[in-house]
Amino acid sequence: MHHLVRAGLAVALLSAVSSQAVGASRFLQDPYPSTYRPQPSEAVLIHNATVLTGTGQRLDDADVLLRDGRIEAVGRGLQAGAEVRRVDAHGRWVTPGLIDVHSHLGVYPSPGVSAHSDGNEMTAPVTANVWAEHSVWPQDPGFAEALAGGVTSMQVLPGSANLVGGRGVTLKNVPTTTYQAMKFPGAPWGLKMACGENPKRVYGGKGTAPATRMGNVAGYRAAFIDASEYIAKNSPKPAPRKRWFGGGDGSDSSGDSGGKRDLKLDTLAGAIQGDIRVHIHCYRADEMATMLDLADEFGFKVAAFHHGVEAYKLADRLAAEGVCGALWADWWGFKMEAFDGIAENIALVDRPANSCAVVHSDSPEGIQRLNQEAAKAVAAARRAGMDEIPPERAITWLTHNAARALGIEGQTGSLEAGKMADVVVWNGNPFSSYALADQVFIDGHRYYDRTVPGTKPVSDFRLGQEVQ
Amino acid sequence: MDGLNRICSAGRHAWRLAAAAALLLCGPVAAAQDVLIRDATVHTVSARGSLQHADVLVRGGVIAAVGPGLSAPAGVQVVEAGGRPLTPALFAGITEIGIEEVSGEASTVDSHLKLGEQPLRPEFDVTLAYNPASVLVPVARVEGLGFTALGATTGGGFVAGQGGVLRLDGSPDPIGPRALYLRLGAEAAELTGQSRAAQWMLLQQMVDEARGRVAADSPHALLTPAGRRTLAGYLAGQGRIIVAVDRASDIRQLLRWAQREKVRIAVAGGAEAWQLATELAAAQVPVFVDALGNLPASFDQLGATLENAARLQRAGVPVSFAQREDVSHNARKIRQLAGNAVAHGLPWADGLAGLTRVPAQVLGVADRIGSIEPGKQADLVLWEGDPLDVAHYAEQVWLGGQAMPMRSRQTELRDRYLQRARVR
Repeated sequence: MHHLVRAGLAVALLSAVSSQAVGASRFLQDPYPSTYRPQPSEAVLIHNATVLTGTGQRLDDADVLLRDGRIEAVGRGLQAGAEVRRVDAHGRWVTPGLIDVHSHLGVYPSPGVSAHSDGNEMTAPVTANVWAEHSVWPQDPGFAEALAGGVTSMQVLPGSANLVGGRGVTLKNVPTTTYQAMKFPGAPWGLKMACGENPKRVYGGKGTAPATRMGNVAGYRAAFIDASEYIAKNSPKPAPRKRWFGGGDGSDSSGDSGGKRDLKLDTLAGAIQGDIRVHIHCYRADEMATMLDLADEFGFKVAAFHHGVEAYKLADRLAAEGVCGALWADWWGFKMEAFDGIAENIALVDRPANSCAVVHSDSPEGIQRLNQEAAKAVAAARRAGMDEIPPERAITWLTHNAARALGIEGQTGSLEAGKMADVVVWNGNPFSSYALADQVFIDGHRYYDRTVPGTKPVSDFRLGQEVQ
Repeated sequence: MDGLNRICSAGRHAWRLAAAAALLLCGPVAAAQDVLIRDATVHTVSARGSLQHADVLVRGGVIAAVGPGLSAPAGVQVVEAGGRPLTPALFAGITEIGIEEVSGEASTVDSHLKLGEQPLRPEFDVTLAYNPASVLVPVARVEGLGFTALGATTGGGFVAGQGGVLRLDGSPDPIGPRALYLRLGAEAAELTGQSRAAQWMLLQQMVDEARGRVAADSPHALLTPAGRRTLAGYLAGQGRIIVAVDRASDIRQLLRWAQREKVRIAVAGGAEAWQLATELAAAQVPVFVDALGNLPASFDQLGATLENAARLQRAGVPVSFAQREDVSHNARKIRQLAGNAVAHGLPWADGLAGLTRVPAQVLGVADRIGSIEPGKQADLVLWEGDPLDVAHYAEQVWLGGQAMPMRSRQTELRDRYLQRARVR
């Protein structure tokens, strides 16, 4: 606690409110801006592939043309000049680059030594002031393995020890020296919150609040009450009436901007104003419903429930309220709130109209195989006698829907003209244990080619390990 | 029951789950444990290999015949497989199925021992805690898993204790010999005075005690009398010592130790085992590979690679599989390990053998299970597609010739909410 107070003071002394905050929420200033630049790329025509667009379409014997880092065209029999490199994708499948909405790569990197444990600021139940990006170690070897699994973008989140864990960041999965050079340009931040057992175990175990689920909810409410008041104090005041004697309105608070800047409340205020997207770790259906009420109480929107092993019990409501379910295919039972997990969860959440089912990993192993996780869900649905889920539908769980959850669907997550050329060429149907990404493009640049040894990025950490 | 219903229904694509219909079997229920499975692709995992359009006849819970054109004796139920794959029931891995219910709830977990004084208790035997009524048993079984190595997990000592082989048919007792579980390397260093070197020191002392080189009443004894007797049994070759270990240098020491003490071992995890493939093959030490491990998750696993299984197999090492995380609730994921090993160079037949015959042999129960051969127990799975591909599922499981209900707590939850949504 002592350290927290000291750190908070230091931050308050150093921070200065810039004048940038006119119009757009002042809570969104980014002193750590993205320096990501698309790498140079040649124009590429991937031809004769089975193409899953990410928007629900499947095109057989189709082509995808990438130029200047963008998708130029998708369709059959595309024509391209001689300068365009051709990739024969006969027998292969092409999808948008995969997006993981829940990763801890970089913040819980490999090797998992104590010095690398940077994902949970377990010092207070509400740490909306911390930003996961400040923990990201770009040399995590897990990034390259995720790339080989077709992952082109991901949201890196703080852990779930806290009621409010902090800001998450969306990254492009490119090898760099700094995280800023991975930062997805223009992507909104996420706010990580957590329901249920984790916060109450972590803090209750220390004899501090919260120790119960009701304590959890009281904790969220107190935080959002503070944030609401902060917004009120920091909202532009109506122009003061001009008085004959000039100057301000003469009151004590004349010119008061609402007090010093508070990083914690900046983030919560950004969430209330809809600029920071709320991602909630929540397992049980009843707790998800409580969180939806909480969102109504304070006027924020839930972008996605993460893990949601009971989301299938609430599938209709999630779809009706436009809330995504970011889910695993088969994890369950490791704690009580995960006891009701079923393998059909993703398929059942996907079933209602306007649904938003997302396959997420929360794991450096799982992120390498999001396609296989989806395959499990498709098989489980078939076993349950549900309508067959075609590949063009299942791919939306790892691409377009994930992009929707992160608020980047305008830029990536589907193969449509004008979108970022984030593309994966698979050795066959991606929904299989045997599926491997052959080529992975990010903004048109080929970052991985399985057939060319040495194209997979090698983290600095990996260098020389094999020297005997 | 959906599996049987589906098998019996005429049109595959016309089939839809309906709660009532799911309970119907085609024709009268024949004498349990007698069945003829006709026209399957039978992966025998024996010298006979895979047989197209073959039949398997089961009498009294035991495989009576395997081959084409078998006729059904009177009263034997016939199941038409329609060419689909039939395999031995699969190995669930080294798990705590039935000795833990909810991992995070200590009151439901019996897999490890943490005694303050004398933490090294090889006599600790987790099979005594096995609960065949655990909800984890049917959850694993409907996925085609038929047997597991119930393992003691590391608690208060790097010698975890003993486990045994459990068939997931609801029977309460283990089959075959016990195995002793041991952990070496960084993960166990905390339990051995902060150094892995001490693991060899302590192991040597325990061996000396078990071999009677240390007076039974020595004040420095690590083992109880029961512990000495138990370890002596393993030193005499009565069971296998299964060692969780990843770093190549530790595996090298382990091989030397096993050779010196003449004990039968197996490696579990073995992230860097491929670096000692030749030595492991020469000693015929099997490896339970974590085939999804390719990250340097610790400094013991810097050499982790998805090609581990393939490289070991190529060198002649018997390869099976074991997961690292959530091994019990998510035991079904073991098929994914095998499939991914195949995607990275392991021959498909070896992938299947790693889930059937190899673990049965390693665990000393291959005389009963692990292959489809006359005289073996009829522990069988009929698959909807490739058993190593997560895109497919188990349609019907037979254990001891008995058609297992293809139901679990999870299918009950599923069906409740599937129906509820339809009603709305």
